[in-house]
Amino acid sequence: MTGIVGAIVEAWDELRIHKLRVLLALIGVACAVTAITSVTAVIAMLKQATQEQTDRQNGRQITLMVSAYPKGQSAATPAEWDTAFGELLDRYSITYASRDAWLQVPVRLAAGKRTIQIRTVDADLGTINRIVPVAGRWFTDVDETAFAPTLVVNESFLHQLGLNDLSSHPTVEIGDRAPVTATIVGVMANDWPQADPLAMALYTPYHRWIGADGSGIQSGGAAPPEGSMAASMNQQVPTVYLWVPSDQAHELTERITQDMQSVAPGWQVDVSDNAYRGGGLGRATTYVGIGIGGLALLLGGLGLVNIALVTVRYRIREIGIRRSFGATSGRVFFGVLLESVVATFVAGLVGVTISVAIIKNIPVDRLFGGGIQDMPPFPISAAVVGMLCATAVGALAGIIPASFAVRVRVIDAIRY
Amino acid sequence: MSLLELTDVTRSVRLPDDRLLHILQGVTLSVDAGEHVAVVGRSGTGKSTLLNILGLLDAPTSGEYLLEGVPIGRLSHGTRTRRRGRDFGFVFQQFNLLPGRTALENVTAPLLYARGKQFWRRATLARQMLERVGLGDRVDTMPDKLSGGEQQRVAIARALVRGPRVILADEPTGALDVETGGSVMDLLDEIASQTGAALVTITHDLAVAARAERQYRLTEGVLVPIRLDSGSDWVGDVPTLVADRSRATERPMPEPEVLA
Repeated sequence: MTGIVGAIVEAWDELRIHKLRVLLALIGVACAVTAITSVTAVIAMLKQATQEQTDRQNGRQITLMVSAYPKGQSAATPAEWDTAFGELLDRYSITYASRDAWLQVPVRLAAGKRTIQIRTVDADLGTINRIVPVAGRWFTDVDETAFAPTLVVNESFLHQLGLNDLSSHPTVEIGDRAPVTATIVGVMANDWPQADPLAMALYTPYHRWIGADGSGIQSGGAAPPEGSMAASMNQQVPTVYLWVPSDQAHELTERITQDMQSVAPGWQVDVSDNAYRGGGLGRATTYVGIGIGGLALLLGGLGLVNIALVTVRYRIREIGIRRSFGATSGRVFFGVLLESVVATFVAGLVGVTISVAIIKNIPVDRLFGGGIQDMPPFPISAAVVGMLCATAVGALAGIIPASFAVRVRVIDAIRY
Repeated sequence: MSLLELTDVTRSVRLPDDRLLHILQGVTLSVDAGEHVAVVGRSGTGKSTLLNILGLLDAPTSGEYLLEGVPIGRLSHGTRTRRRGRDFGFVFQQFNLLPGRTALENVTAPLLYARGKQFWRRATLARQMLERVGLGDRVDTMPDKLSGGEQQRVAIARALVRGPRVILADEPTGALDVETGGSVMDLLDEIASQTGAALVTITHDLAVAARAERQYRLTEGVLVPIRLDSGSDWVGDVPTLVADRSRATERPMPEPEVLA
């Protein structure tokens, strides 16, 4: 016990006394650990940013997309389908699900009435597709029962209204024969610079207030006439997105297909997933990062060996004196080795600290072209790997001078 | 049983031209606990080699060295090293203080290799020892800020802090003026007698050697008992008042003669 504590105290004293030398020797190691840890963290952030970007377009991993088409006159009605589907969500305890139907609806804009795409969805789509409005808010449960339909529009839509923000609590008339006034509660970024105006509305309230063809059925409008667009839409069902656990995705795909075909006969049901099966780029990035960090660590280690060897030569007399105090060969070897290990461990800590500081202050928006919704936690594993690498480099860099130190004869060392 | 006992010890080294250099030849010497023994000799006569063998820093080529009756050849390398740290305290001519460390840290250094209470109470013990050598007010001073005499006092404190049974002093006053050297030797004698440690002094200073109870002269590797007093001086390679020219290896060891 005293031997181990003594060796650590001795190693620490050496480091304390030779601060400048240690500092010079360890800059490389600290930089290497910073590089390894930071690169790993940035790669994790990059992966997350890419993933979130993909999630915004295709839904989170793994989202099942269920689409269905009636195969004949004997098919179940959309209402029956809807009911069956609701039961299915309960059966499989699917928490996040959203219907999605794209409609062409007349909307009164600043320049007059124009047919605009309206996407009717459920509020869960905000979670599934990581929708974060640039202004205002996404739909909530309150919107389901509001006295007027609410919309989340894109920036292009807002500009078509002659507005730049939501400060005036804008409303817009939707529908043709009996238009309904909808309140704009949120604004999304355009998907691309010259994007067409787009509005999103909650599926159920929209169909209650306006109807699939924008006729404004809430205000006494009759059932859509045979052959009309609304009648045609009535024979369709929305695409449904289901966010499911990755490990259950395959099984659920099969079950949902079977279940829906059995409860809603006459419908062609297609279930597909958005599972990302690539990963090559991510792995390549990781390898490049590890390569950069490893190279930096190697260079840092070589610098450490160099300085450690010079130092041991300089300290031969001191080692001889310590041998006269009763320091065994093992203790001298362990002491010199430990100096190196303790030093690189401290350098590793410094490196990780610098890395944390860098990662916490990184301009995420500028670096990744947008914010990261679920910022990945600081990669503890990378910090641990960095620390282990630094300590291992310290041990390797310490073995050479330590071997040299024990080979020196005591009486020669004292006279050195 | 003597504390240290050398019998017919030789030490030879092979030179680059393959010749053997005999540094020590048939050295016989015994030192008892609490004794003060001095060995005098000119440079290159093997004094330091003898001290290194006594202090387990070096091993004899032949002959026997008993440490408290145990042949050191039977001790493992590790045991010899540990006994060196525990039983011997070294005082060097050039002080050999560890650079960059305060007086206190220097005196603490040997205790890092001790066990038990000595290890855990090392700072207290070192401080007490520095006070004992009169440097209680210089504990945090770096060696380069201390005078030669003070540095040697630190070295003495360091040699004694583990309570060794033998103090091996290699030219302890060699780097000091006469007055300072005298006070350092007073201190060494005093502490050695207080602690009951044997003191083996190697010196070329006959006045220093004369303080010892027994004196020896080492000439070309041969140890000869002599008797010196404070008036002794070198005449060529030989000190005046040389007591005995007989070989130290002769047994029984003859009584030294006093030359008029």
